[in-house]
Amino acid sequence: MPHAIRADGLEKRFGETVALADVSLSAEAGTVLGVLGPNGAGKTTTTRILATLTAPTAGHAEVGGFDVTTHAHQVRRLIGLTGQYAGVDEMLTGAENLLLIGRLLGMSRKDAKARAAELLERFRLSDAAERAAKTFSGGMRRRLDLAASLVGRPQILFLDEPTTGLDPRSRGDLWEIVRGLTDDGVTVLLTTQYLEEADQLADDIVVIDRGRVIASGTPDALKSQVGGQVLEVTPVRADDREAAAKIVGELAEAAPEIRDALVSVPVADTGVMPAVVRRLDDAGIAVAELSLRRSSLDEVFFALTGHHTDDAAGDPAAREEVPA
Amino acid sequence: MTTATAARPGLATRVTPVEAFRQTLTLTWRNLVQIKHNPMELVDLSIQPIMFVLLFAYVFGPAMAGSVSAYMPILIPGIIVQNALFASMTTGTGLNADVGKGVFDRFRSLPIARSAPLAGRILADTVKQVWSMAILLGVGLLIGFRIETSWLNLVPAFLLLLAFALLFSWASVFIGLAVDAPEKVQIFGFTVIFPITFLSNAFIPVSDRYPGWIRAIMENNPVSKLGDALRGLLVGHPVGNPAGDQPVGGPALTALLWGVAIAAVFVPLSLRLFRRNT
Repeated sequence: MPHAIRADGLEKRFGETVALADVSLSAEAGTVLGVLGPNGAGKTTTTRILATLTAPTAGHAEVGGFDVTTHAHQVRRLIGLTGQYAGVDEMLTGAENLLLIGRLLGMSRKDAKARAAELLERFRLSDAAERAAKTFSGGMRRRLDLAASLVGRPQILFLDEPTTGLDPRSRGDLWEIVRGLTDDGVTVLLTTQYLEEADQLADDIVVIDRGRVIASGTPDALKSQVGGQVLEVTPVRADDREAAAKIVGELAEAAPEIRDALVSVPVADTGVMPAVVRRLDDAGIAVAELSLRRSSLDEVFFALTGHHTDDAAGDPAAREEVPA
Repeated sequence: MTTATAARPGLATRVTPVEAFRQTLTLTWRNLVQIKHNPMELVDLSIQPIMFVLLFAYVFGPAMAGSVSAYMPILIPGIIVQNALFASMTTGTGLNADVGKGVFDRFRSLPIARSAPLAGRILADTVKQVWSMAILLGVGLLIGFRIETSWLNLVPAFLLLLAFALLFSWASVFIGLAVDAPEKVQIFGFTVIFPITFLSNAFIPVSDRYPGWIRAIMENNPVSKLGDALRGLLVGHPVGNPAGDQPVGGPALTALLWGVAIAAVFVPLSLRLFRRNT
């Protein structure tokens, strides 16, 4: 299979700031590549380079077989971009936004209108077609933005954090749409802060941190590397933390971590749970709380890099819903 | 949805001039159709100029020139020039909003002429300029302004103003790219354009009642030059001297040279900001 997207050693500096230090990645045609990383890791900069919006300081990238710096115009004919900040014109209606893109792409007025109506229907925006986009909810705006990026039937689509700030239902909607795209053979590069999102949608994942690729592989390979779930124990007595950490570490065959009153460890096999309960009981450790949950991005990071993400943005539990 | 090879339209490596022109017109349409959903902009473009003409005419007119009608040859050309400068700020506010909201990135990711987004904005702003000028002139004519030369002179008068506004709007493009909120472009408008337009002959005849240095500014201000050129074209004689001759060519040329100088400073600065941001 030919590579639809391919980047080698991308580097980007803004004055003294290094946004990208070394990013290489590739996506085969018709697959979804998830680019996973915390805020400021370089996800947006990578997307902007691949979408021809900014030139790399060093390195090389090809999209659809064309060099993004020397053949930007050809690349632009193949791609669609949905940015982190929905690039819809708030002063235009839903229909006008799509009509605008269609006309800019050289469609006749009639074709552009038909295409707009088709996309509005597909993204459940028909009722809002004649309303100014400034009156749209956050989820509607993202759907319109995505629709706008699809007007020209792109072969390669860049989605930069398409669900950040959306409520769970809108997020689910967008996931369905992305799955539908790959059924049509579109190659998608999707950036996200959520491990679950990458897990749900991506065929391959690239994890980036501080402008570097720190891991890559299929979601399964990545999860087995870092543990699919996290076991957390909070002993009643703080003195028991070390002992509890030793027990869970042995059973999970991974390095436990102690943070405040909490002992946590990544577990690949959730069948260890009964053994954990038994061993803690045998050791006479009173447990205030014991839980098993999916790894957050933060834990993936800790497992891969030994440091936590700089903020809690990667942890869905700590994230607040942002009304857009 | 079909994707495969159908969407691979040859290997066109660039946009033809005809396509670029069409894309510019499409983006002009986009900037104008926005007004429909933002009635405040229409208020800005229409009611505000009308209000200013009426306030200046009926409050200042009698005190400055003895009567409203005697003040008209000073006020109407002057306020049209002032309005053109303020209106050129909308280029900057609109550009700033597009960049801030990601709309500009969307345009830049499309296979369209690099110049089309900016050209479309400037063309739309030119249409808005003509609209405001027509309103100001119309209100002026209703309350006593008279074109004493020929109606045909409106054509060179409008063209001169549009040419200056186009050059001046590069200052607005620069501010629009340099600041992080559209409101800040407005603040620039108020703190810079108000003094520039008041230190001129837009609302008063320049006389030796002013200290020498203020008078020097007033006489050399491009706003005064534009005012003189407009008065020459539309009224045909200096204010208060019906027998005198009001030259047009000299002031018009000086005003345009000012415009070229302003553009010569702000075009490179704007392009540098463009590149820095990308």
